[in-house]
Amino acid sequence: MRSSWAGATMRGCFCVTESLRKSTPAARLNRYLVGGPPFLFLLLFFVVPGFIMVLASFRYPGEFGGLAPLSAADPNILQGLTLETYRFFFSDPIYSQVFVKSIFMALATTLICLTMAYPLALLIARSPKKSRDLMVLLVILPFASNFLIRVYAWMIVLGPQSALSQLVNGLLQGLGMEPVRLLFSPFAVLVAMVYVHLPFMVLPLYTNLEKHDPALLDAAQDLGASAWQRFWRVTFPLSLPGIFSGSALVFIPVLGMFAVPDILGGTGDMLIGNLIKEQFLGTRDWPFGSTLSIMLTIAVLLIAWFAAKLAGRRGSYA
Amino acid sequence: MAQLEIRNVTRRFGDFVAVDNVSLNIEAGEFFTLLGPSGCGKTTILRMIAGFDLPDAGQILLDGKDLADTPAEKRPVHTVFQSYALFPHMTVAENVAFPLKMARRPAAEIAGMTRGILRQVHLTDKADTYPHELSGGQKQRVALARGLVNRPRLLLLDEPLGALDAKLREEMQVELINLQREIGVTFVFVTHAQVEALALAHRIAVMDQGRVEQVDEPARLYGFPQTRFVADFIGHINQLEAQVLESSHGHLRLAVAGLGEIIAPPLKDAAVGAKGVFAIRPEQVRIGVHGELAELKNHFSGVVRNLLYRGEVSVYKVELANGALIEALLPNSAPGKAELFKVGDAVKLGWRHDAGMFLRD
Repeated sequence: MRSSWAGATMRGCFCVTESLRKSTPAARLNRYLVGGPPFLFLLLFFVVPGFIMVLASFRYPGEFGGLAPLSAADPNILQGLTLETYRFFFSDPIYSQVFVKSIFMALATTLICLTMAYPLALLIARSPKKSRDLMVLLVILPFASNFLIRVYAWMIVLGPQSALSQLVNGLLQGLGMEPVRLLFSPFAVLVAMVYVHLPFMVLPLYTNLEKHDPALLDAAQDLGASAWQRFWRVTFPLSLPGIFSGSALVFIPVLGMFAVPDILGGTGDMLIGNLIKEQFLGTRDWPFGSTLSIMLTIAVLLIAWFAAKLAGRRGSYA
Repeated sequence: MAQLEIRNVTRRFGDFVAVDNVSLNIEAGEFFTLLGPSGCGKTTILRMIAGFDLPDAGQILLDGKDLADTPAEKRPVHTVFQSYALFPHMTVAENVAFPLKMARRPAAEIAGMTRGILRQVHLTDKADTYPHELSGGQKQRVALARGLVNRPRLLLLDEPLGALDAKLREEMQVELINLQREIGVTFVFVTHAQVEALALAHRIAVMDQGRVEQVDEPARLYGFPQTRFVADFIGHINQLEAQVLESSHGHLRLAVAGLGEIIAPPLKDAAVGAKGVFAIRPEQVRIGVHGELAELKNHFSGVVRNLLYRGEVSVYKVELANGALIEALLPNSAPGKAELFKVGDAVKLGWRHDAGMFLRD
């Protein structure tokens, strides 16, 4: 029980001894054998493509899509390296606007997921041990059906003929207001984003909350804390690591998501993901697509760095 | 009027009666201990005093006021938990200041009181560290400081020394006694370790199966246990089946299995023919070879069968003629010598006529 924090410290101790320990050649070989395959996999399919992408962002687009050659005999063909795509990105404010809009969409999704997931995770964590597994299963059950099908289902739920649309518009009409279109709107995108990513917030929160020592809440109550104070002074601060990991698991994929706005968004609801997809599959401008991807990566890293600083300040006990 | 009155309190969990019609009076400033084996109901009583549990029947009164409708957070009662339950995300000072913050004391007062209590538990230099950086003994002292800082009417301690090693436990016992005397808060201490209870408490309630067996000062409890359970649970004791042959104001005459007739201290209304056990502490049993025990009214012959060297004392298990085993304890005053008698030695055992006691079934 007192476990989780005591456990955390103990793990810390073991790590120290681990790094100080002299290992036998067999143990070293073992380490390479175990660590080698995933290392090679990531090197080949993450690091190398990453470098290719960085390089591509500094090249010219090919005449029929793809990339222009680095050097060609014909001097009329665009060749070599250039900063043209970056200049283009910053010259037109529309791209920055898409970035800002996407970041807002990701932030809104994260916040809504957090407010919905927290009570649910708390409920599961404080349920009897037997029913917890079932409840977690229910949370991840939507993964059993295809992602696209789940998103398409929202077209029916939000469509103009749906009960929901008719109810909303009936109410608006009653209030003397213009009817609204639910489908193909930022609202539809937000609803589906929250729907798709909610489990990614619930699971880390639950994993964190489930480890809390119930004696801490007893102690807080014993020392005079009301239910409200017990939550804000004990449960909430201790759950910050769960909040941060859940938020990262929601925020980052939403920022790059293109399928949901493609299916449920209107023409004006283009997010970064759609923009990047468009460069590669639509206009076939690989250098600019690469540039957008790199800018997205930089944006995510900046936000992650900021969040880590925030977490570091609050969570120095962990 | 006692500060804490427990009146006929019963608590059941399904068919299991955890606390069975218990009544206790605890005086202000007292160091009171609930002692018993695990499952005897002592922790349930503590939880009911703290407000984490409610009695099914009976009342708990603090300063004459029934606590039934006061939730745990409103009771002027704090608990030191067995696991300490320190808040891992707060520094030592923040942990200690927590009850003061909950009581909405002014910031300056909080700082002063926190500093004061940390000085009393010798943790001034640890104020800004986090609990996971502390040793077990230090955590224990933080938990004590946190429980005491707001001067509760009662401090409940739930096996607080259980997680410490033997040496540290002894040190903490001394600190607990001093702290309780200095601060003057009433302590209700729960433990299953009789040595701890004897060392710490002003009074001890021995519990078994939800009932209070005996409430007394440590020395009286040890010296005059009133039931076989208490005699057995507190310290070591020799027990031999016995029957009363003669009962007078001055003494009892008992027929004891394996010993024959012996003289024992008197027992009020012990009827002739009553059955029970004769019980005597090992340190009251004298052991010798020659006739030096002959002047004692109770003396017997036997053979040393076992020997336990414990440093300051040795315990000799002596087999009597009929096979009964009696433990005798001898201080080892001669350094470097583990045994005054060897296994197999023929020895004499004896004790004064006013030693030992008869316990009815």
